[in-house]
Amino acid sequence: MDVELRIQRFDPETDQAPHWQSFTVPVEPMDRVLDVLTRAKEQFDGSITFRRSCAHGVCGSDALMINGRNRLACKLRVEQLGRTITVAPLPGLPVVKDLVVDMEGFFGKYRSVMPFLVAAEPEGSGERLQSAEQREVYDDTTKCILCAACTTSCPSFWAEPEYVGPAAIVNAHRFIFDSRDEAAHERLEILADEDGVWRCRTTFNCVEACPRGINITKAILEVSAAVGAR
Amino acid sequence: MARSTAPLPPRRTLKDYLAYRGGEGMVAWAFHRISGVAVWAFVLLHVLDIYFVGGNPQAYNELLKIYASPAGRMMETLLGAALFYHALNGMRIVVMDFWPALTAYHRTLWRIVWVLFFAIGIPGAYIILKPIWEVVR
Ligand code: FES
Repeated sequence: MDVELRIQRFDPETDQAPHWQSFTVPVEPMDRVLDVLTRAKEQFDGSITFRRSCAHGVCGSDALMINGRNRLACKLRVEQLGRTITVAPLPGLPVVKDLVVDMEGFFGKYRSVMPFLVAAEPEGSGERLQSAEQREVYDDTTKCILCAACTTSCPSFWAEPEYVGPAAIVNAHRFIFDSRDEAAHERLEILADEDGVWRCRTTFNCVEACPRGINITKAILEVSAAVGAR
Repeated sequence: MARSTAPLPPRRTLKDYLAYRGGEGMVAWAFHRISGVAVWAFVLLHVLDIYFVGGNPQAYNELLKIYASPAGRMMETLLGAALFYHALNGMRIVVMDFWPALTAYHRTLWRIVWVLFFAIGIPGAYIILKPIWEVVR
């Protein structure tokens, strides 16, 4: 069977604005959108530009807006879509070329929430023990692969690019609620900013976009409650 | 010509917003915003008419006649709908704020909003609109 693959193209060296280009690509129902993109690049136009690395939903490189929603091209099968597959770069980020976006701002926000364990040196060489219940509290937010599908699906982020965004809050949550961590208060201060947690409008686009099934809105609201109670 | 390799800044037009196919949560949010603007317009109107009570009773009476006309009653019904939706969906958000675990059921909460909206809104609209038929008769 064939599908019509519509790709948003933009070459900064020649184009003023992005434009759409269509290809008729032969596919199998079990092909993933990433396979279709790769085939189009191999067979029709070698200049089609997109990111991918693992091709198995782990590295988070190939989050794209596919048929109007942010998803990983490597986790979405052709049979889950119609005969037309429309692929655009993640909304709200600067476009470098075709489907490649500039992720610097996104990663800057991630770094701003101290996404690492802050704990005093353990005495001797002992482990930092944690009960299963303590681990459970932040289990969901350990799953993030930083693909940016959530942050770039958020209308609050589109309207206010300074908003720290769902992905950064998820990664702050992962450490704020870790019983071994000692910097929760600092992170809560950072997120109490006007561009921090309060910009969430419970739109749930992030939850629907997340390829890892994280309940992001729940994590954001838990962090908001902690910010309020600090 | 000098070659540019600068990334293209994102567009933020309404068209770009509408290009995203969000689910119930995004629709709930969009309605919340739109109804919020309607409620704000209503507050302005209300400030004006209450000002007329003391400032210009004649104008106040005229304005109330407009409110009581068929078109005025239609407008009141729409304003009531906006206000009521905004209140109900606001409660949905507050409930999730207090119990984040309920976010897992945000779609169910959204459906409850609509059930209450129509269950209470239709009789309410009937009461507001009923005099129109009496005038027509
Ligand atoms: S290519 Fe690694 S997540 Fe899709």
